[in-house]
Formats: sequence, structure tokens, C-alpha cells
Amino acid sequence: MNFSSFADFVAMGNHGVYVWTSYGISLAVLILNVALPILARRRYLQDEARRLRREELK
Amino acid sequence: MNWTWFHKLGSPKWFYEISGRWLPWLAWAAAILVSVGVVWGLAFAPEDYQQGNSFRIIYIHVPAAFLAQSVYVMLAVAGVVGLVWKMKLADVALQQAAPIGAWMTFIALLTGAVWGKPTWGAWWVWDARLTSMLILLFLYFGVIALGQAISNRDSAAKACAVLAIVGVVNIPIIKYSVEWWNTLHQPATFKVTEKPAMPMEMWLPLLVMVLGFYCFFAAVLLMRMRLDVLRRESRASWVKSEIKSLVGKSA
Repeated sequence: MNFSSFADFVAMGNHGVYVWTSYGISLAVLILNVALPILARRRYLQDEARRLRREELK
Repeated sequence: MNWTWFHKLGSPKWFYEISGRWLPWLAWAAAILVSVGVVWGLAFAPEDYQQGNSFRIIYIHVPAAFLAQSVYVMLAVAGVVGLVWKMKLADVALQQAAPIGAWMTFIALLTGAVWGKPTWGAWWVWDARLTSMLILLFLYFGVIALGQAISNRDSAAKACAVLAIVGVVNIPIIKYSVEWWNTLHQPATFKVTEKPAMPMEMWLPLLVMVLGFYCFFAAVLLMRMRLDVLRRESRASWVKSEIKSLVGKSA
């Protein structure tokens, strides 16, 4: 462990703002890249299943 | 060499099945590698003697920049495969990889700007490395916009392939920008032929992060491609039965 306390870890030797903004925004972007395809897939499967059911009724 | 795997790629059904088997492994590898890399890089790596703790931004900046360039090369390769062998899956890969590459370029530019402020005293300088990365971002936007603007799928595939191939000229410019011009940006961190300039305790977490980002890209790409294959092949009977079984499970 490179830091003596949790407060030290958060402060990052006066560079805390820069380090944590970088990591925060990057994490948000990574999560977005996973979440959007999952949501799109779920929506598409539901729409498509509804369409297939309608076609079978005809 | 056995080329049957290459010919099998022509079958969307085969791709859908094999990618479904690979996806969980890649996703777990990405999650584990990135978590280990982040904790290692943030808490355990020693601080830099000049830059202090701000250097820890390297653990996302370098993997993202690496991926941004590799993904673009992949677009160009997919473009060549699509143009030469008329493989439909190549266009799927090209279209679905482009947004991920654009996001990676965005992360590299953003973390670079945030890192530049405490290190160089400026968020942005018109330095060769930075400018060529910005051009890469615009090339990605071009590929994405072109793919969406043309409604005929085959024409869009051809246009995007050509743009991706022409744009690949930017990649060596990015790579050698720190050698050809006097830049503020530091030279490459990873070299194939030489020992890394960093001490091992700093370099190993970086290696873990780079591998993690590659697995992340592969997993997200497969996720996006699988959805795109279902969309494009929506008339095929295997897709219909796949959708029914998937929705039946969740309902």
C-alpha cells in the first residue's frame, strides 16, 4: 500500500481532483458502453417477439 | 494453415453461436483485469518522483489510447475483408466497433487533458500527438455518420470500408508523432524491443489494465455485433426461434 491513510488516498497529494475526475468520467463511459447495448437488446427482443406473435395470429 | 474458421465467419448463425460461448469468458476476464488493475494502479503502485500521484491517470489514459488506435486498425482490416471477400459480418464488425473506438478516443483525450493541467499547466496544447488523436476522433465520427446516413446497407458498407482504409494513414502519424516532431507529449510507454522505462511496480499494473481494456472491447463488441446480427437476419428461421426462446425465458 502506497498510502498511510484513507484521507491520504483520497487527497492523492493535491492531485486528487485530477485523478478522481479522470477515473470517474472514464468509469461512467465504460458503464455506458455496457449498459446501452444491454438495454437496446432487451427492447429489441421484446418488440421482435411481439411482432412475431402478431404474425402468427394472422 | 487451416482456413475453415475464416469461411465459417461467412455464416451469421455460426458467429452467433460461437460468440455466445466466448462472451461470458471475455466479460469476466475484463471485469477481473480492470478491477485488479485499478486497485493496483491507484493504491499500490509507487508515486512518480516528478509528477507525484497525478501520473496514476496513466492507468486509464494509455489503455484507452492503445485501444483507440487498435480499434481503428481493426476497422480498416474489416473494411478490406468486406471489400475483398464481400463478407457481411465484416460490415457488422466495422459498424459496431466504431462507436466503441470513438468512446475510447474520447477517454484518452479527456484523461490527457485532465492530466495535462497539473503536469504541463494547460488543458490542451496543439501538439502533434494531441492533434492527431483529435483527427482520429473525427475519423470515427465520419465512419459512424456515413454508416447511418446511407440507407442502402451494401452502399453504406462500401463507403465506410473505404473511409476506414483511407483514414488508417493517421495511425502511423499518431504513433510516430512523438518522434518526428518536438512534442510536449512523452514518448511511448510500451516498446516491443526495449525494456520499459518505468519501474516494474508501475509497469505491471499498466499491462494488466491494457489487457483488461482489450477484453472489455472484445466483450462489448461481441454484445453489439450479436444484436446487429439478430436485426439484420430477422427473417431467418433460426433468429425467430432464438428470439422466442430468449423472450420465453425472461417472461
